[in-house]
Amino acid sequence: MDFPLFHLDLLGNRWLIAIIAITHVLINHGLAVGMMPLIAAMEWYGHRSQDARWDRLAYRILFVCFLITTTIGALTGVGIWFSVSLVNPYSIASLIRVFFWAWFAEWLVFITEVCLILAYTLTWKNWSTRGGKWKVRHIRLGFALALFSWITMAIIVAILGFMMDPGNWLTDHSFWIGVMNPLYLPQLAFRTPLAAAMAGIIAMFLVLFYTQRGDAFRYDALRAVSLWTLAFAPLVIIAGWWYYTSVPGAMKENLGVSLGTLEFADWQERFLQIAAATVITILLVVQFAIFRPKLLPRIALVIPFLSILWMTGHFERVREFIRKPYIIGRYMYANGIRVDDYALLQRDGVLKYATYSNPLSEAELAGIPDGLSEPERSAHLRAIQQGKDVFMITCSRCHSGHGSNSISGHLQRMFGDQPWTPDLTASYIENMHYAQPYMPPFPGSKAELRLLGRYLEHLQNNKAPIPGAQSVGVVVNRNLSTRTATHDH
Amino acid sequence: MNELPIPREIPLPQPAPEPVLVGVLIVFFLMHIVFVNLMVGGALLTLWYQLRGLKEKRYDDLAYAIASTITVNKSIAVVLGVGPLLAINTLYTVYFYSANALTGIFWISVIPLVTLAFLLTYLHKYLWRQMEPFKELHIGIAVVVCILFLFIPLIFLTNINLMLFPEHWDRVKGFFSALALPNVLPRYAHFILACPAMTGLLMVWLFRRKERRNSTVAGFKRDDLVRMGYRWAFWPTSVQFLVGPVVLMTLPRTQEVSHAAMAVFGIATVVALAMAHLMFTEIRRAGEAIGRSFGAICMMMLTVVALMGTGRHLYREAAVAPHRELVRAKTEQYMQAVDEARQQSARDQQSGGEAK
Ligand code: HEC
Repeated sequence: MDFPLFHLDLLGNRWLIAIIAITHVLINHGLAVGMMPLIAAMEWYGHRSQDARWDRLAYRILFVCFLITTTIGALTGVGIWFSVSLVNPYSIASLIRVFFWAWFAEWLVFITEVCLILAYTLTWKNWSTRGGKWKVRHIRLGFALALFSWITMAIIVAILGFMMDPGNWLTDHSFWIGVMNPLYLPQLAFRTPLAAAMAGIIAMFLVLFYTQRGDAFRYDALRAVSLWTLAFAPLVIIAGWWYYTSVPGAMKENLGVSLGTLEFADWQERFLQIAAATVITILLVVQFAIFRPKLLPRIALVIPFLSILWMTGHFERVREFIRKPYIIGRYMYANGIRVDDYALLQRDGVLKYATYSNPLSEAELAGIPDGLSEPERSAHLRAIQQGKDVFMITCSRCHSGHGSNSISGHLQRMFGDQPWTPDLTASYIENMHYAQPYMPPFPGSKAELRLLGRYLEHLQNNKAPIPGAQSVGVVVNRNLSTRTATHDH
Repeated sequence: MNELPIPREIPLPQPAPEPVLVGVLIVFFLMHIVFVNLMVGGALLTLWYQLRGLKEKRYDDLAYAIASTITVNKSIAVVLGVGPLLAINTLYTVYFYSANALTGIFWISVIPLVTLAFLLTYLHKYLWRQMEPFKELHIGIAVVVCILFLFIPLIFLTNINLMLFPEHWDRVKGFFSALALPNVLPRYAHFILACPAMTGLLMVWLFRRKERRNSTVAGFKRDDLVRMGYRWAFWPTSVQFLVGPVVLMTLPRTQEVSHAAMAVFGIATVVALAMAHLMFTEIRRAGEAIGRSFGAICMMMLTVVALMGTGRHLYREAAVAPHRELVRAKTEQYMQAVDEARQQSARDQQSGGEAK
């Protein structure tokens, strides 16, 4: 990581990405990929049965999707980029170098998708009143939109799959090898029915919203959407099974540590339970909607919806989890340092090659021991400054100082109130990748391990949040830079 | 202070030959910026006419007609921005990401701010009739939308400007200090003035056609609407002839003056003068004749925008070229050290293994 380091000490850097990404996935799956085919099918059915009520309902559901996908949906999509490039510029920059054309193609599909949803929504009324051929054309537009939404997802899944398991890409840095990695198909197979089922549940909710109690159409609509949902629920289970039986192979290569396997078994068991619970609640509610639609309360739909959210969340977590400690499997660790760089950095230290230093704020200086002589004090400050730089470079992409997943929280739990001396902490950190397979090995030198220890000791007495480059800026390490007269003005 | 940082590059090859990436960047960025102009200008003009609509109802209808265009323009503006973002990510990796990190909070707040602006735009448009009785509130929403749309480009401009000047990076402490670098505000004025100008041309396009009666707004004659559009295009464009030179003069010196960039800006100015003249001629045309030169004006506008974009790219290249060389050398040196250390560690492991 040779960039100024953006850092959010309270929220934690990873939460910034997680919040944006999860919102995006939910909207993308539930309101676009799964919903567009359902809406087009409703419009088609309304046209075939010459029943305008289906048309009206389909349009209303589409309008909700339109409002949300073209605002929150589109912007969180861009937001994933923004946030990842703030938190982990090295990884996203590397990925873009490899996947430029995949992303470019995905962008063209995305442009098409946006044009189609604009056209589909904005021409609905006009083309419908023109009737006949125009209506058929409009329905086709709907199915085209559905197809392009799905293709967008299919491309993104390739990139996500690559990040977990780059397959043969490491030896042959080519684009297609990256795309055709072993987790691609199972993941896509899982997300497709999941999106459809999610859309079904959301649509049922909207049906209750847009129709009146006692209206016979309400029950027809509920029944139809229920059948849609029912058709996809078993596929979620089957593809889920396929996906998770493909994971261990991909994961073994990354971890190879028994603890990791244990954690995975844990995840796996949980996943099975959640998936089973989700599908059962879906089935129950759907049975209800089919056979006793009059008795279905709105609140009942919230339950399968929440369990789908839970399952999706749990499912997304595995991505994080399998690829730990890497951000790009076996190529780059989550601290943004390439595996190949380790030999050099562990020999010479990370500081020697760091372009920037992260200045200490006033508040961070509190808690320095009293009664030091002036030279002692400045030596102490220098050690803390260097220790902080080591921390920022090697730990801060995953840990905050005092906020979420905070280093002080972990140390408090492990060592309590006894002084966190460098002797105590350094020996743990040296072996931390064995203790916690989430973590990459410490990339710095032995001397830097001590410096980091000094800094952690300081953190015990100083609870100020660690500011990032976005507020305190950076200091350029003098020994590295060359001052050129032409650039001074 | 004021130390020049020389960071390392990503040690992976570019995904495509540089001219291809530059082409993607320039072409799609210009398309993006035109739609952004239409979106921001649309919001400003909507507010303006809605305020006039308080006294004269027909202006409220005109405001609605303009507001209706924002829905499509804003979606296209966003989606067209992604491609250039990809290209700038690869071409200016070190520069772009560093600038983003240094203004991080404002940079990431682009996402919620744009989302909010879009949601309010929908609210404003789709509840137009329902909010008739609450006119102040309705106009209040338009004011908020305008403020958001005026502020967001400033964040982008600040970043794009900051990225060109690594020698300033160690003095920047957050967005506002980056904002204070020379050239940001003149460039911002240059951009903002282009918004009503572009939207004025959009108005001409909307109301120009005679055959479609429903393309006018009740209470206005066709030529009045077209003339109003041309006025929006003409006056801000005239002011650009003052702002433009200020932008050029406040551009920090590059190590080597880019004569090519200056020549391109010069040609663009000449075309712009001709375009302004033609706009003025159109404004003075009567009745049926007005709108006759619209096609020519649009072509000239596109030419000006394309030339400005090219000139700006040439300048940018001239600005970062020397620093880029330093980065390249630094990266090479580093990669050699990496190789050497890996060989050493492999040897050490081998000899360690033999010793056992
Ligand atoms: C890849 C991201 C990542 C990096 C980089 C990282 N950690 Fe961690 N660390 C984690 C995760 C995840 C956990 C487990 C959190 C949990 O279980 O709640 C963890 C846990 C810990 C713990 C508690 C361990 C335990 O046994 O409970 C300590 C101490 C710790 N990290 C220190 C560090 C230090 C010091 C660094 C920098 C040298 C560092 N970590 C770098 C992700 C990381």
